[in-house]
Amino acid sequence: MALTTDDVARLAKLARIELSEAELEHLAPQLDVILESVASVQQVAGPDIEPTSHALPLTNVFREDEVRPSLPREDVLAGAPAAEEERFRVPRILGEEA
Amino acid sequence: MSELLHRTAAELAAGIAAGEHSSEEVTRAHLDRIEAVDEVVHAFLHVDGERALEAARAVDAKVAAGEPVGPLAGVPLGLKDVLTMRGAPTTCGSRMLRDWHPPYDATVTRRLLEAGLVVLGKTNMDEFAMGSSTENSAYGPTRNPWDTSRIPGGSGGGSAAALAAFEAPLTIGTDTGGSIRQPAAVTGTVGVKPTYGGTSRYGLVALASSLDQPGPCARTVLDAALLHQVIAGHDPLDSTSIDAPVPDVVTAARSGDVAGMRIGVVRELGGEGYAPGVEQRFTEAVELLSGLGAEVVEVSCPSFDAALGAYYLIMPSEASSNLARFDAMRFGLRVGDDGTRSAEEVMNLTREAGFGAEVKRRIIIGTYALSSGYYDAYYGSAQKVRTLIKRDFDAAFERCDVLVSPTTPSTPWPLGERVDDPLAMYKADLCTLPSNLAGNAAASFPAGLAPEDGLPVGVQVMAPPMADDRLYRVGAALERALTEQWGGPLLNRIPQLQEVSA
Repeated sequence: MALTTDDVARLAKLARIELSEAELEHLAPQLDVILESVASVQQVAGPDIEPTSHALPLTNVFREDEVRPSLPREDVLAGAPAAEEERFRVPRILGEEA
Repeated sequence: MSELLHRTAAELAAGIAAGEHSSEEVTRAHLDRIEAVDEVVHAFLHVDGERALEAARAVDAKVAAGEPVGPLAGVPLGLKDVLTMRGAPTTCGSRMLRDWHPPYDATVTRRLLEAGLVVLGKTNMDEFAMGSSTENSAYGPTRNPWDTSRIPGGSGGGSAAALAAFEAPLTIGTDTGGSIRQPAAVTGTVGVKPTYGGTSRYGLVALASSLDQPGPCARTVLDAALLHQVIAGHDPLDSTSIDAPVPDVVTAARSGDVAGMRIGVVRELGGEGYAPGVEQRFTEAVELLSGLGAEVVEVSCPSFDAALGAYYLIMPSEASSNLARFDAMRFGLRVGDDGTRSAEEVMNLTREAGFGAEVKRRIIIGTYALSSGYYDAYYGSAQKVRTLIKRDFDAAFERCDVLVSPTTPSTPWPLGERVDDPLAMYKADLCTLPSNLAGNAAASFPAGLAPEDGLPVGVQVMAPPMADDRLYRVGAALERALTEQWGGPLLNRIPQLQEVSA
């Protein structure tokens, strides 16, 4: 399979992590070894085996649709990296051309 | 070192309720101990002595007023830094959440506080609970009190080391692939992963939602059971929480009667790759149980051989999705927001700076396993293996009441030895992760010291879902018999830590 530094760069982009060249070089062989060692799971179960997503059977949980107090706004914003006018302040989300 | 530090949580609570000693005295003794040894052990990331003493005095006032208090009221405790508590930082051992103060209490935290437990502080852990050595903490590793050049296990190395160093009689851990049990094994302490859904995940910063489970850590089986009783039970705030009575773990821990119990030794969890001292102490523990009237049989769970592969696809997949919330917008770190960069660029830079190497490895593996074209081959196959592991457990539990194995294949290794060898690190979870994949209850109990290096060995007990009480029954039987054999608790043999005078 051999995961290349280009593959890792593409995955890091999907995962929204900026990685340096040095990090890519360091990570690629490590990730390759991990993927190689887990690849054997493909041979274990036949097509007739149902996948399990959760250990125990899940049922949908409902509650009454009633108004309840939410967390105080100032408590929530206190942990934000930046806040302004009682809102989260975020960097621009559109490109220059938009 | 104060004599109070060696008492069990049950004894401390009884003494507080009877007015023999105050919670304040007990709390102060533990805070002094932390002051004296934690510079070396580094079990705690955050300690708030004032808050702890205030909580202790509140319990003392209740006792003085003759008001009823719970069975662990006034007993100090360390909380793993992955569970939220208002008024203290929750960092998850990550730069991403440095100094972040959560706006609400986890359900586990709320229950602890309501039961009058005194939270001393937050314990160290591998970043976002990813690791088996606590070396992945962004704030530096925890050291094993048995030998401070060695790892205390992980991810809950702080919670386990705090117990072994007598910094706290009780701690809380969380277990996704062994993060309660493996640290317990390598520090000679008790750690229990309840049935998935037995304890609430509300306010637990998620690693892998279908696997994570908070649980009790203690020095004795009864103490773990008492703590289990406090934190367990249905929580409407966690949709996977089981709406059924908590198994009677305290009665089981007091009983320790294993006569007639059928105990299955899992053939696949032993042999090549296991340290001789681990195998020897495990075999002796099984013989001991047999001598106490348990019926021992060998069982085979062939799919367990594929558990490591399945786990290291499912867990990173869920982690990569869960950790997407660290986007630099609503909480935690933000890097490079200088007015010129877009939100996406800021996000990329923040995640680069905020996450450590192991977190990046797992996010990228998870992204790979979930990406189109690979989903069926990796994530899909792993979920099928999960079905097979469940079937193996079901078949084994038809023949046996509990299953047993070593908790982890080796004794604690030197710090640094596996940091750049992820696969070697992952193998520490070989025996523990089948129970996370299948969701059943499992625990680690001290089995003695390996003859070759004098370091702790743990025996793992696995029980069917919602039969957590059986763990305690077996654990109590082992503890009673072994303590008698050793002439006292295993931790009496731990080398003295150098105390720094305050």
